[in-house]
Amino acid sequence: MPTLSEAESKRVLAAAGVPMLDERVVQSATDAGAAADAIGYPVVAKLCGDAIAHKTERGLVRLRLGDRAAVEAAAADLLAAARPDDGEVGVLVAPMVAGNRELIAGLHDDPQFGMTIMLGVGGILAEAIKDVTFRLVPIERVDAEEMIDDLATQALLGPFRGEAAVDRDQLAAVLLGLSSAAQADPSIVSADLNPLIVTAGGTPIAVDALVERAASS
Amino acid sequence: MSTDERFRSLFDPAGVIVAGVSNHPAKFGFVTLHNILASGYEGRVFATNRDGGTVLGIDALTSVRDVPHGAADLVFVCTPASANPDLLRDCAAIGVRAAFLTSAGYGEAGEEGKRMEDELVALADELGILLCGPNGQGVVSTPSKLCAQIVAPYPPEGRIGIASQSGNFVSSFQNFAVQSGVGVSRAVSAGNAAATGVPDYLEFYADDPATAVGLAYVEGIRDGRAFFDRVRSIAERKPLVLLKGGSSAYGQRAAASHTGALAADDTVFTGMCRQAGVTRAATVEEAFEAAATFATQPLPRGNRVVVMTTAGGWGVVTADALANTSLELVALPDDLRAEIDQRLPPRWSRNNPVDLAAGETRDTIPELLDVITAHPDVDAVIYLGLGIQSNQARLMRQGRFYPDEGLERIVAYHERQDARFAEAAAAASATYDKPVLTATELAVAIPDNPGPVAVRASGKLCYASSNRAVTALDHLWRYAQWRRRRGLD
Repeated sequence: MPTLSEAESKRVLAAAGVPMLDERVVQSATDAGAAADAIGYPVVAKLCGDAIAHKTERGLVRLRLGDRAAVEAAAADLLAAARPDDGEVGVLVAPMVAGNRELIAGLHDDPQFGMTIMLGVGGILAEAIKDVTFRLVPIERVDAEEMIDDLATQALLGPFRGEAAVDRDQLAAVLLGLSSAAQADPSIVSADLNPLIVTAGGTPIAVDALVERAASS
Repeated sequence: MSTDERFRSLFDPAGVIVAGVSNHPAKFGFVTLHNILASGYEGRVFATNRDGGTVLGIDALTSVRDVPHGAADLVFVCTPASANPDLLRDCAAIGVRAAFLTSAGYGEAGEEGKRMEDELVALADELGILLCGPNGQGVVSTPSKLCAQIVAPYPPEGRIGIASQSGNFVSSFQNFAVQSGVGVSRAVSAGNAAATGVPDYLEFYADDPATAVGLAYVEGIRDGRAFFDRVRSIAERKPLVLLKGGSSAYGQRAAASHTGALAADDTVFTGMCRQAGVTRAATVEEAFEAAATFATQPLPRGNRVVVMTTAGGWGVVTADALANTSLELVALPDDLRAEIDQRLPPRWSRNNPVDLAAGETRDTIPELLDVITAHPDVDAVIYLGLGIQSNQARLMRQGRFYPDEGLERIVAYHERQDARFAEAAAAASATYDKPVLTATELAVAIPDNPGPVAVRASGKLCYASSNRAVTALDHLWRYAQWRRRRGLD
């Protein structure tokens, strides 16, 4: 089933109400520099395209770029790293988001219950810890709030190692946005917001997104 | 005729026909007729079989057509599958509206059986008969003293409505009802659920005044979305407790998505239950006890719990159990502490758990149950320590010194006191409309201890451990909260 590029995935989800950062997709190193100037430093740059699903494994993500020269150099590298089978590509420039806590959220088409929404503890141990909770699409605000309460690792959601408590309203908005996205577009078969980094200020931010659609007939 | 009227015929029939009775006491036809007659059903009872004769004092008719029109509205079918289409037609002709089929050889027996089952469903639909089963254990309805089932027990009267995809769980739940004294309104095993499934029975219970809570065992749900919509609508009307089997059988798409990989086991089912307001229990006893608590205790208005115990260790363990729930071991309010100070020597714990440290005198426990339950900052009470003195009394009664040496008097005193304490717990619950749960292992270890006996007499469940009381109360609070957050109360 076709996956959308990170930029397109984010656009689809943002249109449904999932809060997203100010991000730009550009085609040249110069434009990348201009985008970074507009966004403010530091930024991240990633090579982005419909056929690219595993950016980290291929070294296509550059973090903590602190000035225009660094951005332009990174963008030039990334564009040069594109392979013919990557298809149409661009460089996604986004604010650098930092935080010690990672969550994951997404949509999953369950064979028994149909489209569901998931929220869980993210990071590299996510599949080992399995602190996750599901609801059936559509959800209401109260369901979103109860999903947040469902997570066993509540300590992660409160004030944590000098960082603020997770902004529950913002996290609920992410879940409600996912629900709206699934309702608005029945061709979506799955979505991942992974990771949802919780900033020091407590805001959960989707730094990566992957939407999968059913093959069009 | 409305579905509801046909369910009335299933659960409160004016008369019952047992089709396919036998003189052999091991055959389903005999056992069912026996159970109906032995449990005090007051409607008319008819029996049929091919050869006539007398079974358990009832003259068997050779055809259902010989039953006067309108004299029976429920038929309990023990005849072979091949005989059933004609039987159903005859039943419809004399006014039967509901049929419970225990007959096997249908969908569970392969392709041919499945075909016969489909035909039977179509026929019952055409005849306007509610078709239950086939391959089911039977139906119980205590308001009508009806025990039309091929197995024991006949449970005490109560307010739990049971529906199960597996007949054995109907028996299990009813056995718990017998043991605990917390009774059942209706119980039915769905068998193959050819036309009528567990959600259909639960739907009837949701509007049934005799039923306070639904209790169901399900497995292999066919249409998850439809199931969700049904159970949510039921939970909006009444609490519903589910025990689910086959929780790890989900087909899982090997997906590119992490979300898909995390949808393992039954996390989706758990989330569905939370969303629908359904109380999901992990074990059969947890399921029964949750239902029994919904049936016999008011819903808490908050989560602040006081634990009152006559001895320290129990309170500590209960506090630990509370820590893993949605409930709060509330810090004892100053005015309540002062009230308790007036009634106990200073060695009591002076906090929650309220440990009396054996400082109580004759009236302390009833008074404390009242003042603690009455306090506006307390939403529920768990009372531990009932029956200890009666247990000592039992040893005295059995010992060789009884009734001399003053034993007769002290034994009677202790037994009277424990009964009083149980009554005080029930009275406090009724007066202040708050849950007051009593837990002691004596409920199962020495069930004739006057403490647990009096709890049962008060209509409440005597929990076999404080952990189990905590689990049940946690279920109540979660449901109360689900209702409140959705503006249902």
